[in-house]
Amino acid sequence: MKRLAVLLAVVLALFAELAGAQAIEPLPFKDHAQELRFQHLTAQLRCPMCQNETLADSNAPIARDLRHEVFRLMQAGRTDDQIKQYLVARYSDYVLYDPPVNPTTWVLWFGPLLILLAGAAVVVVTIRKRSRSGAPPPAIDHGDDW
Amino acid sequence: MTPELGQLALILALLLALAQSILPLIGAWRGNRALIAIARPAAAGQAAFVIVAFALLVWAFLHFDFSVAYVADNSNLALPWYYRIAAVWGAHEGSMLLWVLILNLWTLAVAAFSRNLPDDFVARVLGVLGLVSVGFLTFILFTSNPFARLLPMPADGGDLNPVLQDPGMTFHPPVIYMGYVGFSVAFAFSIAALLGGGMEQAWVRWARSWTNVAWAFLTAGIVAGSWWAYAELGWGGWWFWDPVENASFMPWLVGTALIHAQAVTEKRGSLRAWTILLSIFAFSLSLLGTFLVRSGVLTSVHAFASDPRRGLFILAFLAVVVGGSLLLYALRAPKVAGGKSFAVVSRETAVLVGNLMFTVAAAMVLLGTLFPLIGDAFNLGRISVGPPYFGFLFPLLMAPVVLLLPFGPFLRWGRGEPGVIGSIALRAGIAALACAIVAAFFVHGRARALVGVASAVWCVVGTLLYVYKRYREVPAGRRYPAEMAGMLLAHFGVGIFLAGVLLSESLSVTRDVRMAPGDTQTIGSYSFRFDGVKQTSGPNWTGSQGAITVSRDGSVVGVMHPQKRTYTREQVQTESAIDPGVTRDLYVALGEPMNPNDLGGAWAMRLYVKPFIRWLWAGGLFMMLGGFVAAGDRRFRTRRVADSERTMPAATNAGERLAAARESHA
Amino acid sequence: MSRLLPFFAFLALCGLFGFGIWWNSHHDQTAIPSPLINKPVPDFALPELYDPAKVVTRKDLLGQPYLLNVFASWCIECAVEHPLLKTAIPALGIKLVGYNYKDQPGDAKAWLARHGNPYQVLVADVTGQTAIDFGVYAAPETFLIDAKGVIRYKRIGPFTPEVIEKELKPAIAALAKESQ
Repeated sequence: MKRLAVLLAVVLALFAELAGAQAIEPLPFKDHAQELRFQHLTAQLRCPMCQNETLADSNAPIARDLRHEVFRLMQAGRTDDQIKQYLVARYSDYVLYDPPVNPTTWVLWFGPLLILLAGAAVVVVTIRKRSRSGAPPPAIDHGDDW
Repeated sequence: MTPELGQLALILALLLALAQSILPLIGAWRGNRALIAIARPAAAGQAAFVIVAFALLVWAFLHFDFSVAYVADNSNLALPWYYRIAAVWGAHEGSMLLWVLILNLWTLAVAAFSRNLPDDFVARVLGVLGLVSVGFLTFILFTSNPFARLLPMPADGGDLNPVLQDPGMTFHPPVIYMGYVGFSVAFAFSIAALLGGGMEQAWVRWARSWTNVAWAFLTAGIVAGSWWAYAELGWGGWWFWDPVENASFMPWLVGTALIHAQAVTEKRGSLRAWTILLSIFAFSLSLLGTFLVRSGVLTSVHAFASDPRRGLFILAFLAVVVGGSLLLYALRAPKVAGGKSFAVVSRETAVLVGNLMFTVAAAMVLLGTLFPLIGDAFNLGRISVGPPYFGFLFPLLMAPVVLLLPFGPFLRWGRGEPGVIGSIALRAGIAALACAIVAAFFVHGRARALVGVASAVWCVVGTLLYVYKRYREVPAGRRYPAEMAGMLLAHFGVGIFLAGVLLSESLSVTRDVRMAPGDTQTIGSYSFRFDGVKQTSGPNWTGSQGAITVSRDGSVVGVMHPQKRTYTREQVQTESAIDPGVTRDLYVALGEPMNPNDLGGAWAMRLYVKPFIRWLWAGGLFMMLGGFVAAGDRRFRTRRVADSERTMPAATNAGERLAAARESHA
Repeated sequence: MSRLLPFFAFLALCGLFGFGIWWNSHHDQTAIPSPLINKPVPDFALPELYDPAKVVTRKDLLGQPYLLNVFASWCIECAVEHPLLKTAIPALGIKLVGYNYKDQPGDAKAWLARHGNPYQVLVADVTGQTAIDFGVYAAPETFLIDAKGVIRYKRIGPFTPEVIEKELKPAIAALAKESQ
């Protein structure tokens, strides 16, 4: 019974988190450009604790802490890449919604290109075959034959 | 008692579904008229029992029957009646029942509106739909029974997740299921055609309006879901590339390819095998979406509670349905490329290229969605794939489609005229360029906004040029057949959508601010004055409501009332205030009080100005409208097909000879 | 043959999903493997909970392996795990260091008074700033650190008797073997 109570509390806590999931937090930015940079950067980073939320959107305590950390590093003059590296060193590539291009992600980044090339080859072959075979196609518009 | 009746109704529905699937399929195979005749009554009976079961679940919710575990989990005494009805599909078990209900409504519609199709064909279609239903009813009865009892009965229930207590969420699931499940009809038609053989072209004409309606519903469902995310989640975003969203988007992409491919196959006889394959893909991806959301295989913001048993069941079902149909496709799909030939410059080519891009885009979304799982499987570490990935690749893949879009209607079947294409490109291009140059003065050189204006004008002007051409050249009454009007509406919608997406993405301004009563913040030409917070309450929540007066150039635009609600079970939910407009939305979300003990003091708040964001949903609605209008074309309401025509394998050849004869006359 | 291509692609997909179902019933989906494994413990200087004037640093803990257990009074699962820290962990004969994470010292002390204090050293990170260097994102989390100050193993989530048996014991045994 006690286990159930604990479980229930966890479930309720999760729900509360999802429901109130918003991260509205005024930070003392230097200027609007920095605020934009912050919004852009935190939208590309994943909250490590949440189901599937960005640092920008999550209301989880760790997301708040990491937002503050990003803000602090920004004030310290670090570049976006340095800030990303800082987080990756601590939380792994998992925090990047934009996975880096390396041998482990080649399939991800170049897979669609391969599929496109293969598909394009099939389309080209089909068109060539069909444009050579059979009677010459009609050249007159019937009006309804659109 | 009523819950047991509901369960009984489901069991009877399952038995009838078995009858509906097995007997007519055997009948059509053996040519047994009696067995074929069972299809329609069995479908009607199954639908009746599913409707009864669904009604009993609604009844249980309306009457607070907390002895039903599902009712107790998802509603309570304070929940208003309309959200108690929405709660029927607010969680896993009930949403599966809704799925089956909608499948039965589609089946019923097919049974009713197929009087003029060959009986054995209809028997096969209903049989396949019955098989799908067998799978889902078994799934409900064995793993997700919505009528399971909860004893002892609690005095009050839990709560429907407050996120779902919103009108958008009430409509979103039924509409999106109408789309998902609707693709089962195109699927069943194509499987019936494969089973029957010799009708690779005929089935497409019969299936086209069903596919268009399903696609239109899916479009509407995605628009509703996106609107809900925007209005309710309070993040101001409208698309997050979350696995659940992707699950609905992949069938849409393939469905879009399918409705175009069907046009080619129906009118010209080409791409027969491809159209069948796409029909299988579209429905398979709908099933896959159901699987992904419920198996817990992927992490998502709004996934259902996961259960490996359910995951295994759906996987087995998926393997049978999809694997079986793909095997059937491999064995029975038309081997010889049929239909009329076409030139390099022709509408067929344009549709093929479009199909390629849509299919590759769907594959890309699938790959990105599943890649974290692939990472686990091959021990590549835990990888996240999110908006930066999809947001980079998707526009690249769709660019050729947008570029081709205006030419589609102008390109003739078989052979298009390069001269016409050149002149359209010139005119739409000049219009796009001119508008982009004018826009440049307003958007301060933001490239994405300019691309948005140019691409929108490109699509809209290209479409309107064709509207004008038809107006000029064709006598009144024959100018815009429904099928064409639908296509034009949808293509017009693409332009509107593009403008909405690219303008709102590049021009939106978001500010998190601290505001004390009386403070004013300015964004662009709008100033937001905070007038304090007062306490308020609703049927099952209490909350704080802020008042923000927005003015522009000194005159008041409106007063906005964002809320922060606490529901009966202590869940906190933010209700954003939105001031809608054609050229911009103003959006205010209430955060936390800066001092938790001083609600009358300063609050954290998020202010947004989102130019043209409404256009993206408007564009989606135009596409949806196009789907419905096209489905209503009179051509699709087919005459009774002469038995001789359909049984003769040479039927399509005869049709082609006829068409050739007509052309030689012209 | 090319007609069978979609079928085979689908089979591969089914294999992947089957794997996914199996994987997720055996792994915690919220656990992110730490990139700090086999890296030195980050430098830190944290006050002791019961004696804030005394600061504990990385160097103070060198010389023998220890477990660093991240806990907090607001963390529900920490209370679930806590009895194991009092019985099963001391039985392993390893030093246990407590890391009180984002807690008010008063709350933490009251919680420890109620549940018992199994820690030989107990530091407090009230802001959670240092915890970011450790890659902590929730509580409980536990690090196994060797005598040279290198992180060898990390548990995300509460220990269970099974995890102690299957993961922690072998990891500690490996350390003992090295030191021989």
